[in-house]
Amino acid sequence: MIEHIAAIVVMLPIISSVFVMLIRNNSINWLISTTASLITSIASIMMYLQISKNGNISYAMGGWEPPVGIEYRIDEFNALFIILISIASFLILLYARHSLNSELKENKISTFYSMYLLCLGGLIGILSTGDAFNAFVFLEISSLATYILISMGSDRRALLSAYQYLIMGTIGATLYVIGVGLIFVLTGSLNLHDISIRIQELELYRPLYASLAFITVGIALKVALFPLHAWLPNAYAYAPSVGTAFLSSTATKVAIYLLIKYLFLVYGYDVVYSNKIFVFVIIGLSILAMFGASLIAIFQSNLKKLFAYSSVAQIGYITLGIGLANYNGLIGSTVHIINHSIIKAAIFLAIGCIVFKTKISDTHELTGLGKKMPVIAILLTISSLSLIGIPGTVGFISKWYLIIGALEQGWWLVVLSLAISSLLALIYVGRIIELMWFHQPEDALIVNSKSLPVEMLAITFILTLATVYFGIDTRLTAGLAEIAVQNVLLGGQ
Amino acid sequence: MSSFLSNFVSSYNYYIIIFLMISGLYIVVSRGNMVKKLVGLALFQTSVYILYISPGKILNGTAPILSDDFSLYSSPFPHVLILTAIVVGIATLALGLSLVIRINEEFGTIEEDKLFEDEI
Repeated sequence: MIEHIAAIVVMLPIISSVFVMLIRNNSINWLISTTASLITSIASIMMYLQISKNGNISYAMGGWEPPVGIEYRIDEFNALFIILISIASFLILLYARHSLNSELKENKISTFYSMYLLCLGGLIGILSTGDAFNAFVFLEISSLATYILISMGSDRRALLSAYQYLIMGTIGATLYVIGVGLIFVLTGSLNLHDISIRIQELELYRPLYASLAFITVGIALKVALFPLHAWLPNAYAYAPSVGTAFLSSTATKVAIYLLIKYLFLVYGYDVVYSNKIFVFVIIGLSILAMFGASLIAIFQSNLKKLFAYSSVAQIGYITLGIGLANYNGLIGSTVHIINHSIIKAAIFLAIGCIVFKTKISDTHELTGLGKKMPVIAILLTISSLSLIGIPGTVGFISKWYLIIGALEQGWWLVVLSLAISSLLALIYVGRIIELMWFHQPEDALIVNSKSLPVEMLAITFILTLATVYFGIDTRLTAGLAEIAVQNVLLGGQ
Repeated sequence: MSSFLSNFVSSYNYYIIIFLMISGLYIVVSRGNMVKKLVGLALFQTSVYILYISPGKILNGTAPILSDDFSLYSSPFPHVLILTAIVVGIATLALGLSLVIRINEEFGTIEEDKLFEDEI
């Protein structure tokens, strides 16, 4: 059993999603999905422990040996993300039941769980696989499930945003396949590890850089790197609250992982970073994301859209660390992937609680919420503060690593823009905090008498607590990220 | 001029692929009708299928048959991959079209200009 663990974490969510689709009973389906994601989480932790003891896992899917067969290659880097994704999805599923009952039609809920699990399986597949084409297939599995999750939102505009994402996402995935095709023609292999060896023997010539460009742009569309982010705000704004929390804490993060994997483990530092234009573009777009998206967020009136634009800005921080490409910069990126997952899950789940009680969607409707729903307002305040990077919260840790990384490179302008963009975050978060706490409630703010289910409050509380806890005790986040960067990305140097 | 011509003739398949790719992408960007956009998307994806298939063909080679009579054969690998990619493409197209049907039911139009002007 234990030797098949790499296959189990991918197959379990996918197989259970089929069962969930067939059994159309919402309570049973909730139980199946939660159990499946719980088992996946436990298995992923076991997998990590096994790797730290026995070294990397290389699993030949179906018994076909690599490089011809599909290889699942688990190291400390992707095992960390598998744990993150599976635990995040488990917590969100625990939260999901009542929130979905209030936001979706009853006959849609089973489909929602099914697509949720399919998306989870696809995302873990992208993380585990060591095969370029298999990664594309999993990318499309998770994306197709995501389009359906988004289109289920109660607002009819959810359909438009799902369509918009479908077009953009498919273009992204197709560009990725073109890049993989070029590599395949150049090296004759699809196994990522095999490719990384064969690339070293190639003369540096144009098709290699063309494939790098295609793959980077293709994945950047999925990542929602700044000018390619158009699908993200609408998708997050109109998806069901649970779906938004799930997507913001997992989907874009997995795409970033894929980008890091290609840059450092497939092409390798020497090929990618000897190209100064590439570094310039990545750093430039990251800084544009940090400023541009934050500025748009300041003027947003839709609450979920505001935090969606803030996600685009935060993704800018993560890609900034990739552009820095030194030890501290990469740790900053990795830690921020984890931290931003926790923060955004906490924020969107808190918003889910607010929607459950009040059905509001605009920021100005938050006026005086602190008096009517004090607990949720406190939780939302704390998790928003960690978005800015107040010391003592997780946001501070990742920005600290990024600033050190930028200082090591001697890029003062980057340090300056990190500081200024944090101030921009202070403006849009500050506006929400001010509205919630320093105004009297308007008559329009109607809080219904349904009492907030315990698990919704508890999960939001746990995640908010995590944003503070991991800001003080960084052994689990930054500690594991250091191991991952040291052993995997920098090859143990 | 003659080198360009010989280059063009010897790798004309790639020029066709690029033409298909660009025209597919152009349709996606320029058309406001949601169904036409999906047609462009399908064209874009199809061009990638040919991009994979055509380098695998070896002149005078046969289909990959396991037999001593044939020693020169085309690579079967791209075909296998593209079979998967076609399935993915069909699923995407089907989902896209069903979304368009739902959009038409809800909004009464599938012209993007009108929809995005009013709604988002």
